[in-house]
Amino acid sequence: MNVERIEDRGRVEILEDQCKGCGLCVAACPVQVLVMAEYLNSYGYHPARYVGRGCTGCGVCYYACPEPAAITVYLREAAAVRA
Amino acid sequence: MYVRAYGKPKSIYGVFERKPGDPRTTHYCPGCGHGNVHKYIAEAIDDFGIQDRTILISPVGCAVFAYYYFDVGNVQAAHGRAPAVATAIKRARPDSIVISYQGDGDLAAIGGNEILHAANRGENITVFFINNAIYGMTGGQMAPTTLPGQITTTTPMGRAPEREGFPLRVSELLASLEGPTYIERVALFDNKSRMRARKAIRKAIQVQLEGRGFSLVEILSPCPTGWGMTPAQACEWIQKEMLRYFPLGVFKDVSATRPPVHTAASREAMPLPSVASPEDIFALLGLEGVESVSPPLMRETEIPARYRNPRIKVAGFGGQGVLFLGRLLAEAGMRQGYHVSWLPSYGPEMRGGTAHCHVTISTEPIASPLVSRPSVLIAMNQPSLERFEPEVIPGGLILYDSSLISTRPRRTDVETLPVPATQIADQLGGAKAANMVALGAYLGLTKVLPAESVIVTLERMVENRSLLELNVKSLQAGLDYVSAR
Amino acid sequence: MARVLMKGNEAAIIGAILAGCRSFYGYPITPASELAEAAARYFPLVGGTFLQAESEVAAINMVYGAAAAGERTMTASSGPGLSLMQEGISYLAGAELPAVIVDVMRGGPGLGNIAPEQSDYHQIVKGGGHGNYRTIVLAPNSVQEMCDLTMLAFELADRYRNPVIVLTDGFIGQMMEPVELPRTLARPSEKPWAVTGTAETRPNLITSIYLNPEELEAHIRRLEAKYAHAARHVVMYEKHRTEDAELIAIGYGIVSRVLKAAVEQARAEGLKVGLFRPITLWPFPSREISVMADWARCFLVVELSHGQLVEDVRLAVHGERPVKLYTRVGGIVPTAEELLEQIRKVSEENDVRASLRETEEYLWGV
Repeated sequence: MNVERIEDRGRVEILEDQCKGCGLCVAACPVQVLVMAEYLNSYGYHPARYVGRGCTGCGVCYYACPEPAAITVYLREAAAVRA
Repeated sequence: MYVRAYGKPKSIYGVFERKPGDPRTTHYCPGCGHGNVHKYIAEAIDDFGIQDRTILISPVGCAVFAYYYFDVGNVQAAHGRAPAVATAIKRARPDSIVISYQGDGDLAAIGGNEILHAANRGENITVFFINNAIYGMTGGQMAPTTLPGQITTTTPMGRAPEREGFPLRVSELLASLEGPTYIERVALFDNKSRMRARKAIRKAIQVQLEGRGFSLVEILSPCPTGWGMTPAQACEWIQKEMLRYFPLGVFKDVSATRPPVHTAASREAMPLPSVASPEDIFALLGLEGVESVSPPLMRETEIPARYRNPRIKVAGFGGQGVLFLGRLLAEAGMRQGYHVSWLPSYGPEMRGGTAHCHVTISTEPIASPLVSRPSVLIAMNQPSLERFEPEVIPGGLILYDSSLISTRPRRTDVETLPVPATQIADQLGGAKAANMVALGAYLGLTKVLPAESVIVTLERMVENRSLLELNVKSLQAGLDYVSAR
Repeated sequence: MARVLMKGNEAAIIGAILAGCRSFYGYPITPASELAEAAARYFPLVGGTFLQAESEVAAINMVYGAAAAGERTMTASSGPGLSLMQEGISYLAGAELPAVIVDVMRGGPGLGNIAPEQSDYHQIVKGGGHGNYRTIVLAPNSVQEMCDLTMLAFELADRYRNPVIVLTDGFIGQMMEPVELPRTLARPSEKPWAVTGTAETRPNLITSIYLNPEELEAHIRRLEAKYAHAARHVVMYEKHRTEDAELIAIGYGIVSRVLKAAVEQARAEGLKVGLFRPITLWPFPSREISVMADWARCFLVVELSHGQLVEDVRLAVHGERPVKLYTRVGGIVPTAEELLEQIRKVSEENDVRASLRETEEYLWGV
């Protein structure tokens, strides 16, 4: 397991083929760990992408995203219990 | 180990099988607020555990396909009519949670009347109102919420209030009513506003869940495509432009004080009546059928031939009781086993002008209930006599109230019977019972129906004791008048 | 046999309740208001719902909602209100929802008047709303039938999952006649397709939108098949002395009652006249009328509208016999004497010689 990830409180999973590239999650992320990808997804959008570290699991990106299932946010188990 | 904290709600389908094309993404444009609102609603449905009970009504507009996404019972409604549809669904299924999802064209323009009245009735439903200041689905035309100066495809120079009026503030408007319980306006432009929207949506559903009545959340929502902006610009426009005209906030909230009235407990307290047979229903309705006398009490031999099977016209001023007189004849005739019909003049004329009715009493089934050539005319005022005298068949009978009618009928080929009905009734204590005097005279002369049968019928029809007494007395006076003649 | 003297409008409500209808959504209009008034009085007593809607538009959409939720439901109005309801009726048909609508016709166009006309024939029988749909239309001509046909309307609506309209007029609605109270209680059928707010019905969807043309075509074909079935099985009519009739008078509703009296009088004069009364206006009893063209020399259509019913009769007769038309409009119901005069006139015009002449003209153009 990736040691650096374990240190993060949260983890965000973006299904790139469900992303329409609106960028609202990128703008919303308080710790600015989301970016727009340089590449295009199958619909021709630049999908949002998690840079891979620094997620706090706050869920703000999930609520900013208009697509129902594009973003899932995970919390480290201990943090989830507290939340 | 990570656990899932935020993700697609259960009440949104995993695969959008009803949707043509890609079954995993919505049909909404990038940055559109509909998806956010869908998620917030679905999340609340999950959290309240009401997925099975929820019925979502899709509007006409971009959200017409909301049923692609919501894994709940779905009903799609005509443009603007969702509040009416929701009203009846909730009343038919009080245990369901009924959500009307509407856009600004749907709710505030074409459906203005339906939302106003559903709110005013305090229907126990929840309405989510997406205000994006534009008609999205039809391609960006002006909405009732379009801002002054805003350019749309039908306001190419910008909305001019002197031409198109001002944007409609729906929340403020509805909050001025007594009926609604909870009304709030929220917006989707930054993290804080989205969280506020999420909370308001949850509360609105809770209000319904607790049976506290009508709740509506207006959501200022981005339409980047319709506005010709990037999603980020759209959020900024909501904040900078829309908020100026559409302030956020709670416009009405009486949820803490309004007693719950639409609850399962209140329904249990008033169980539905049992209706296992037609008799149960007739008993509940208080419908008492008259058993036809068998064999029929038609005393045809006692009736002079010329008076049998009468086709009667009764006419007079509204208020003289001519319709009642006719009904009484028909009802008593039915009691005797005859075929009967009663056809009134109706509408404004019976509320003040002249009134008349057609009555047929027959040993045979009645073909036409319309008495165009009466064999009997009972005329209670001058205009009625003048109007209907020519219709009476030769050899027929004209009975008229001679206290109100000064001229005699001109016909010489008919039998005439002047009765000072109003005068007689007045002496008995009520000129209004002149109709009964006339009826008594008619029965006394023709023997068409036995007076006792008419009195029994009167007792069924008139509840007020003193009025009944006056009527019976007057009827008797009419009978006496004829026999003393 | 228990009988109650009541108005046609009230009888329809009694029939509805016996049919298991438990909600009425309506808006006042003369001469249909007694339906709403009777519903307001009676529906709550049997645990049902009465709601006075803000408009006919709202009323028919409430009916749409109640029907979607699986309840037997109804509304009633008159011409101007029916015009407003047409949108909702189209949606009901498109979404395949059962509902019963009573139209107590009055004079039109526009505000017209409140006296009886039959000028809603086109908008009701041909379908006044948009799209490829049909409504089953029942035309009572007595207070008893207002009760009985309204009951039947609910059965048909459920069976075909389609709106059924009881088309009547101000006279039938306003008049009182004895009604023999029905001895049967209809049980609404199971509606597994309804959206009732339960786990079982969660997957259900009520809609009339089919964005994909192929899907919409398939949907319309399905509706057509339903209508074809109804056209085979739901045709109702009444024949009176038509077996040997040389002239057959055709009319529905109040007109058929007056016609019956006129036909009797004409028979007394030795004229071979019969009466044919369509009870279902859609499906129209075309076959039964065309069969009568084998022996009848002529048809006389009487209607309280300016030549609406006559179109269907002419289609049925298919040019084989002359179809004469007599109309009264504006709220005037013809008298039996007036119709007898028409019967005499048409009988004279269509004696054997005249019909031979017509045949010759047709064959050889002489």
